[in-house]
Amino acid sequence: MISDIAAMLGDPLMQRALVVACLVGLVAPVIGTYLVQRRLSLLGDGIGHVALTGVALGWLVGTLAGLTPNDALAIPGAVLAALVGAVVIELVRAHGRTSGDVALALLFYGGIAGGVLIMSLAGGTNANLVGYLFGSISTVSTQDLVLTAALSVVVLVVGIGLRAALFAVCHDEEFARAAGLPVRALNITIAVVAALTVTVAMRVVGVLLVSALMIVPVAVAQLVTTSFRRTMTTAMAIGVVVCVSGLTITYWHDASPGATIVVLAIGLYALVAAVRPLLVRARRNGTRDPHPDVADDVVLTSGGER
Amino acid sequence: MTIALGGVPIVRTVDLTIGEGEVVALLGANGSGKSTLVRALVGVVPAEHGSIRLLGAPLGRTVPWHRIGYVPQRVSAATGVPATAYEVVLSGTLHGHHLRPPRDARERACEALASVGLGAEADKDVRTLSGGQQQRVLIARALVRRPDLLLLDEPVAGVDLPSQQSFAVALADLAATGTTILVVLHELGALAPLIQRAVVLRHGAIVHDGAPPAPQPEHADPEHVHLHPHDDDRDPARDDPGLTPTVRWRG
Repeated sequence: MISDIAAMLGDPLMQRALVVACLVGLVAPVIGTYLVQRRLSLLGDGIGHVALTGVALGWLVGTLAGLTPNDALAIPGAVLAALVGAVVIELVRAHGRTSGDVALALLFYGGIAGGVLIMSLAGGTNANLVGYLFGSISTVSTQDLVLTAALSVVVLVVGIGLRAALFAVCHDEEFARAAGLPVRALNITIAVVAALTVTVAMRVVGVLLVSALMIVPVAVAQLVTTSFRRTMTTAMAIGVVVCVSGLTITYWHDASPGATIVVLAIGLYALVAAVRPLLVRARRNGTRDPHPDVADDVVLTSGGER
Repeated sequence: MTIALGGVPIVRTVDLTIGEGEVVALLGANGSGKSTLVRALVGVVPAEHGSIRLLGAPLGRTVPWHRIGYVPQRVSAATGVPATAYEVVLSGTLHGHHLRPPRDARERACEALASVGLGAEADKDVRTLSGGQQQRVLIARALVRRPDLLLLDEPVAGVDLPSQQSFAVALADLAATGTTILVVLHELGALAPLIQRAVVLRHGAIVHDGAPPAPQPEHADPEHVHLHPHDDDRDPARDDPGLTPTVRWRG
């Protein structure tokens, strides 16, 4: 058993994969917390779909330019497309009100259909496509690792450094505007950081499941927390744990790492949701009357002694 | 000043100046444009024509936002993710380009919560607080800046009478220290002794500006049921461009 673990940790491929999984698990729930707070849980999904077009465009350009390997521009293409897509989605959200929903849907489906189409034009195979759709963490190169680490640092610095301001905007946009906060700039910041997170996490779970890593840990955390800060840190811890354990499982059992990670996270949600009533009851046990001690609004003539 | 929402003028040719230290009530029926006027004052909705000056500065970056406290009309202070009352109040310490809370933010937030009688609730999830308590959290969020100008949009809607009275006492203290207060109200209620001047809006225009008027006789009747469908008068035009402010609850 111990020698098995030593062998796993000694494998350079697995070392890189573990570091990337750790980073992604840590980073994805940061922005996910803001997205859940403003009820935009599916934004990451939308950006992921658009990023696929970016991957395919990068691939096409790489093939046309005769670069080797011909997917050298895939990740930069994804970053670019995700950034553009996120900003467009934010602008649609801020301006269009009723038509926003439909506009977003068009963007999502256009993104994925365009990606598949352009990928086939660029000479990519279905196997290549599946790698981007469901992740290919086992093929992480040192260059990918450096890029992931750099993007993770950016997300952490912005997402945690500006927490108070981002909280204010996500919690009550009207109040933030009335406080003279640069609401539009902060909204764009959230969209950009979400786009960076998507491209970081894409490597691990693929564009179709990318949003799960951002949202599910937050969904689990908020079952047991009462504060925003605690929700974010708990979600980050959950993210790291599910990513690393999911990856470790697939080292021994041949399964898709991305799918395993997401299924683990959702299983954890189900478990916590089932256990929560017991936890909450234990915490409330022995505490006093939850109602505030305030005088009655009406005069009671009988049965109203206090 | 004129404010239009969805192309429909909601507030028409309002010319209003509030002097330093005044306590002014903005009254009117549902849909008369009170909330829209206040929201335009703080830049949440744009004014179609005319100009707005806050504390002497034209609406925009030069406004000293840290001296202005705004309490929006809200049914709930909760969102998708848990947040404690303290965290919500802390967000009130940010303004303009100060995107991080100041050093003494923690004491100030606790002080503001204590001043609305929620000192013991600071670390509770706002979702677990009652509607009236959530409203008080939002008031604390405005007070945490120690504002010189306080704009309140129906701050006592859904708040029980004892809390209204303690809120009136808190406002009286602020007014006594020279805070300028503009408060949107349906009826003067517990705040009546404070109000020095009342502005009444009807169909988006000022129909009275001066001493607080007496309520409609039917409103004074103790049997009269007060309805507070507050969400309905937020933006009548935004949801349905055909709905003009002339639509009122009572014919």
